[in-house]
Amino acid sequence: MDNPLGTSPDEVQFRFRDDEVVDHGTVTVDACCDQTNATAVRIEPGDDARELLSFLDRLALVEVNFPSFADGRGYSAARILREAGYTGELRAVGDIGVDQLSHLRRCGFDAFAPDHRLDEEDAARAFATWDNVYQKTVDGRPTIQELRHE
Amino acid sequence: MYKYDTYDQAMVDARVEEFRDQARRRLEGKLTEDQFKPLRLMNGLYLQLHAYMLRVAIPYGTLNSAQMTVLGDIADKYDRGYGHFTTRQNLQYNWIKLEDAADILADLAKVEMHAIQTSGNCIRNISSDHFAGASHDELIDPRPYAELLRQWSSFHPEFTYLPRKFKICVIAAEKDRAAMRLHDIGIQIVEQDGAIGARFYVGGGMGRTPMIAPMIREFVPLDQLITYAEACLRVYNRHGRRDNKYKARIKILVHELGKEEYTRQVEEEFAHMLDQGVEPPLAEIERLRTFFAPPAFEDGPKTLDRSDPDFALWVDRNTHRHRHDSYVSAVISLKPVGGIPGDATGDQMRLMAKLARAYSFDELRIMHTQNVVLPHVKIADLHALWTELDAAGLGAPNLDTIEDIIACPGLDYCSLANARSIPLAQRISERFAAKGKTEELGELKLKISGCINACGHHHAGHIGILGVDRKGKENFQLSLGGSEAEDVSLAKITGPGFDEDGVIDAVEKVTDVYLGAREGDERFLDTYRRIGMAPFKEALYG
Repeated sequence: MDNPLGTSPDEVQFRFRDDEVVDHGTVTVDACCDQTNATAVRIEPGDDARELLSFLDRLALVEVNFPSFADGRGYSAARILREAGYTGELRAVGDIGVDQLSHLRRCGFDAFAPDHRLDEEDAARAFATWDNVYQKTVDGRPTIQELRHE
Repeated sequence: MYKYDTYDQAMVDARVEEFRDQARRRLEGKLTEDQFKPLRLMNGLYLQLHAYMLRVAIPYGTLNSAQMTVLGDIADKYDRGYGHFTTRQNLQYNWIKLEDAADILADLAKVEMHAIQTSGNCIRNISSDHFAGASHDELIDPRPYAELLRQWSSFHPEFTYLPRKFKICVIAAEKDRAAMRLHDIGIQIVEQDGAIGARFYVGGGMGRTPMIAPMIREFVPLDQLITYAEACLRVYNRHGRRDNKYKARIKILVHELGKEEYTRQVEEEFAHMLDQGVEPPLAEIERLRTFFAPPAFEDGPKTLDRSDPDFALWVDRNTHRHRHDSYVSAVISLKPVGGIPGDATGDQMRLMAKLARAYSFDELRIMHTQNVVLPHVKIADLHALWTELDAAGLGAPNLDTIEDIIACPGLDYCSLANARSIPLAQRISERFAAKGKTEELGELKLKISGCINACGHHHAGHIGILGVDRKGKENFQLSLGGSEAEDVSLAKITGPGFDEDGVIDAVEKVTDVYLGAREGDERFLDTYRRIGMAPFKEALYG
């Protein structure tokens, strides 16, 4: 995943959006803050997603890189962007396995470009792991606690 | 006690199926061991020195007799007939086969139990006061809040790959029986101006860099508890160190940023989070409270026949004052002289379950000191209870004495250990019991860790022992003056370490210094704090 331009559309294995796949080269968070015309950006684990908040309306794609699946900072980055109202494509890229999919999805990712293609059946099962959920996140699902007191 | 509804059961069942699928993919080679390891850890499955170890969660240390019975049955069916209660109020089985793991999880799920998040870099089992809902000195029962936190922290999508493990404790008394300030987050439920709220301590822990958690918020309104915890966790997930495993716990972040800066960041995140609506509805905490309503206590005799001295000693040592004056909480010691601290056989577990059914409203608790509590026992039933316990080898009258040793599994089981903790604990309890000094020494908390990771809480021992490797030989460092209670403090090392025989002699020497110097009814810890380290050092190395 050393591609400085980010992932290309044909590397996106799962996508939960109806619009065109965004095919813009991504820039770094620093570059995005300096360049007023960038529409796609890539967040690395050490980046502060909040630096992007004033540019959200011009961004069509945010890639969040996971150099290691065990580094969970990208989950917070994704939620922060969605909480701030970002509606563009949020793409998880890098070391992503079947067992991360359901949590990534809950944190607001709607596109996935894993380093290695995942088994479609395993992935489908993983996305459907939880019939219901305990936590309120940005995915809009009602929580179990809310369902109990409807 | 909390009872699962269909939602909770479905969550646990889904996890069992998910794990079965993960194990299948591992066996099919779709997952490498590196990929599988964090997944099995999040299901409580470790690879130890000799076999797999499965750690079962006992949320906030509370369980019923059906659950305890199943724990005993699993010990017989899948292990070697025993299990080990841990300092996280959990139970671990030390001789598990990987191919049995999913079946064990399925057996557990039938009695609303699981091994979820008992390991891995995620939020671990929530711990609490083992006398919660029973003790005379409690503001309210903290367990509804612990249960709220359990649900919130189970499969939390943002906090599943934290920099390091994360432990939360909730208590509701001034007296701290749960080592609250030695947790990543310690929560004390408090009252302020007639309202109930949560006091937050963040950044405590033991391990190789022990720290006492500073208070970062005096009062969080209870309808913002989850939101505040979420803010604490998000700051940690984003900024906790990931470059060095040994500096990755939240205590290091709080220490490096400073309490003020960490608090500022949490407050900023909290203000943002309040707009996100992450807090469960208030009706949910009301619902949870109903599960922990006090049982139907009855008035009865408030005194007992103390003519049997053995029974009287056990009553004095092993019972705790209850909120109802016709009851006590009774502690079943899992520290028989010469035994393995915290171990119980399948038969003993089933017996404790039976006694809980007969004498304690079907309820049991696990203590972080690796003992078991029957929380609500009628004073009138105590003698009958003690008689049955004593006959089963469970009547040791040694709570909080030098025989009541916390010990980690050590080099007998653990792949991280440098030294054996268990034989040392066995020999120390034998030594003091044989000399008849246990009772004379009174409250004396001795804690043994077999390596620097401090699972045996040696930093918090009145006397602590740490096993290290010294040029290929087991060596034991002695430390004094720690406490995990409301008078929390970290123990200080006495000086050069000892071999196994030497450290046992050293423990005896420091207790002799105490007996010689104690004034009035001072505990060992009080005397140490008054006279300082010098007289102890003099006796050890002088």
